Amino acid sequence: MEIGTDSVIKLHNISKSFGTVQANKDVSFELNKGEILALLGENGSGKTTLMNMLSGIYYPDSGAIYAGGTEVIIRSPKDSFDLGIGMIHQHFKLVDVLTAAENIILGLKGSAFINRKRLAKEIREISEKYGFSLDPNKKIYDMSVSEKQKVEIVKVLYRGADVLILDEPTAVLTPQEADILFDMLRKMKEDGKAIIIITHKLNEVLSLSDRVCILRKGELVGELQTKDATIQSLTEGMVGRAVNLEIMRDSGALGDERINVSDLTCLNEDGLKALDAVSFGLRAGEILGVAGIAGSGQKELCESLTGLYPIESGSIKFIEDGHTSELTGFSPTEIAKKGVHLAFVPEDRLGMGLVAGLDMVENIMLKSYHNDRGFLIDRKKPKETAEKLIKSLEIVTPGVSTPVRRLSGGNVQKVLLGREIDSKPSVLIVAYPVRGLDINSSYTIYNLLNDERKEGVAVLFVGEDLDVLLELCDRIMVLCSGRISGIVDAKTATKEELGLLMTEQ
Amino acid sequence: MVGGFDFTNFFFMAVIAATPLLFATLGEILTEKSGSLNLGVEGMMFMGAAAGIAASYFYETAAGSGASGIVSALLAVLIGFLAGAFGGFIYSLLTVTLRANQNVTGLALTIFGIGAGNLIGELLGIRAGGFTTVSDSTKSVFSGISIPFLSDIPVIGRLFFSYNFMVYLAVATAVLLIVLLNKTRVGLNLRGVGENPATADAVGINVTKYKYIAASVGGGICGLGGVYISMATVGGNAGTWIDNCIAGRGWIAVALVIFAAWRPSRAIIGALLFGGLSALWLYFDPWLQTFLPNASIPQQIYNVLPFIATILVLIFTSIRQSKELSQPKACGTNYFREER
Repeated sequence: MEIGTDSVIKLHNISKSFGTVQANKDVSFELNKGEILALLGENGSGKTTLMNMLSGIYYPDSGAIYAGGTEVIIRSPKDSFDLGIGMIHQHFKLVDVLTAAENIILGLKGSAFINRKRLAKEIREISEKYGFSLDPNKKIYDMSVSEKQKVEIVKVLYRGADVLILDEPTAVLTPQEADILFDMLRKMKEDGKAIIIITHKLNEVLSLSDRVCILRKGELVGELQTKDATIQSLTEGMVGRAVNLEIMRDSGALGDERINVSDLTCLNEDGLKALDAVSFGLRAGEILGVAGIAGSGQKELCESLTGLYPIESGSIKFIEDGHTSELTGFSPTEIAKKGVHLAFVPEDRLGMGLVAGLDMVENIMLKSYHNDRGFLIDRKKPKETAEKLIKSLEIVTPGVSTPVRRLSGGNVQKVLLGREIDSKPSVLIVAYPVRGLDINSSYTIYNLLNDERKEGVAVLFVGEDLDVLLELCDRIMVLCSGRISGIVDAKTATKEELGLLMTEQ
Repeated sequence: MVGGFDFTNFFFMAVIAATPLLFATLGEILTEKSGSLNLGVEGMMFMGAAAGIAASYFYETAAGSGASGIVSALLAVLIGFLAGAFGGFIYSLLTVTLRANQNVTGLALTIFGIGAGNLIGELLGIRAGGFTTVSDSTKSVFSGISIPFLSDIPVIGRLFFSYNFMVYLAVATAVLLIVLLNKTRVGLNLRGVGENPATADAVGINVTKYKYIAASVGGGICGLGGVYISMATVGGNAGTWIDNCIAGRGWIAVALVIFAAWRPSRAIIGALLFGGLSALWLYFDPWLQTFLPNASIPQQIYNVLPFIATILVLIFTSIRQSKELSQPKACGTNYFREER
């Protein structure tokens, strides 16, 4: 095989399997100097596994890796560093109680004693070169997500990496932070570095990359120049067939206010305000989106609405058929006993939503068993419900008695959402319902939420993908450090507007 | 001294009582910094104590009348260290390589160490025909030093320049650990391993090697605490094996590690405080009797003071919420690379 003159890394027929699961099969591609290559694929398509073989975490079953034209063997992260490959993982690998500088030199050889002054200077030089700033003496636990990412980037650059691999780098960033990151990456590209960015966000691929490689079920199914690509063509490559990417916003007539929250304040573990005087109304037949940087109070909001989080001050009222009931200060059971039908799909599906070791029937039963009469539990009705859900939501499972932890992420979410919707709620609260789900499952979930809206349910949707929020919701409420920084009309708002509200001081 | 609290002698005795605690606390800090919670401190101290006295005894028996006190003392220190290190090594073998539960392994090590230490001590006693004791020349090496001029300064000399060499060795160990943990690359890597082994592994640090070495050296330092108790404890007992001589000091050290917030500098203060509590009975009653001529607090009350203080320390430190002053995050859990 010929090797291009600018080729820095070349993969040839790489295969890797875990047990019976084939994670990668005969993948071959090249990476050139001074280019940004996007590695596109759905969750579970083998993008991260493939890159982990370059960074020395996994070892390929077969195939060869070439660096600078010669075949190399990468057995450990150290081998990978030595070849100038640096990977920035999705979940940062940083030590919280150490400073940025200490994290950057962790594990490096050199003088026995650390020369902190020189180190700080070197770090400043690197960050200035690519147009950003980083305080070498700041501790990691004091840092925002984007600062931590910068530490990771400097960490690989300090080790002399010429090849940077970024795994879903924008998953946790605001649009503005993502733009800053992209500018940094473009500067590195001009500097001759080769960059691989793993993503499933199509607009990022189009705006940033030079070339795209598409993976599907572990195999390379397409390789094209970004300038020849469109959103539609990329999606089809990723999913394997045409997908309708439109989310139908079926806003019917808005009903009356169903939930009224006024001046809600909650404290976090450190006694600081996790929610600060939050007031809003949620109406029947609407989807109210909640946007914000991770940890801005979304979790506390969902949990205080459902009676799981202690409320410091303020009130939550539930209004149905002209009858108002106070929810403040009641436990979930007490709220249910008042005849208030709240359904909650938490972020932590297998921790808070479902019991991982129980099967579908038992998980459905958890929600309803206390309505049974008598001493013994009745499995018949929940079993019927489970079978109904399997059919209507196309849940892939060996059977109703398989523990839910054995199902894939998308199917777990369908079980959870299905159970909650089956309880005929009048208010549905969902937190990050499509996190970790593939495109098809995501759209199934969006459609389910749409159906609930049509039924006149009041839906609170905590999301992270701003494009989806804008398309699906009626209104979007933006949280910033526990405060509402704005409630906007989703039909007219823009992503940039949301991004600014998310970071408002 | 009548009519006042004899602070100079009290401080002296507090330092003497603090030293084995300081060794054990430092050893456990080093171990925990690598992410291993070794509850076998008590056992490793027993092993160090018995091995130290045995080394001295056998050397003296073999060398006969030509035995040198200095060689005998150095052998006691060295073999005691190695015995403690052996305990730490066994602990690493079980928890790092064989992935046994850290708490259970540590407790087993304590039980084993107590048994092994007492067994060796008793066997030596039988062999020596009654009780084991080392020669006077060895004992004199473990007694207080005398530096010309410095030791003769009133008060200051007694407070700082009159202890046996192991007291200074303990302080030197603390200083060494402070420098190691805060100034060197090895220390930084060690902290990385104890906080987040997956991260350390990903940057190419040999996690297994660091954990083995830290637990073994840490165990060795705990063993030195044992040597101190069997060889240098002031009073008639120095150089003589006493059944159950460690008497729970290893457990106090485990609590002192928490009190010290995993910092060697604070370990010095903590050990001194607890040493003071156990030396209090010598000086508090006489002082009390200057007001209440017949007052006397039972010895048992004094004996229980350090343990009451331990409970109080654990209560108060559990209230402390600080990211800096807390246990290394990976402490207590074993690391497997495959489990990502």
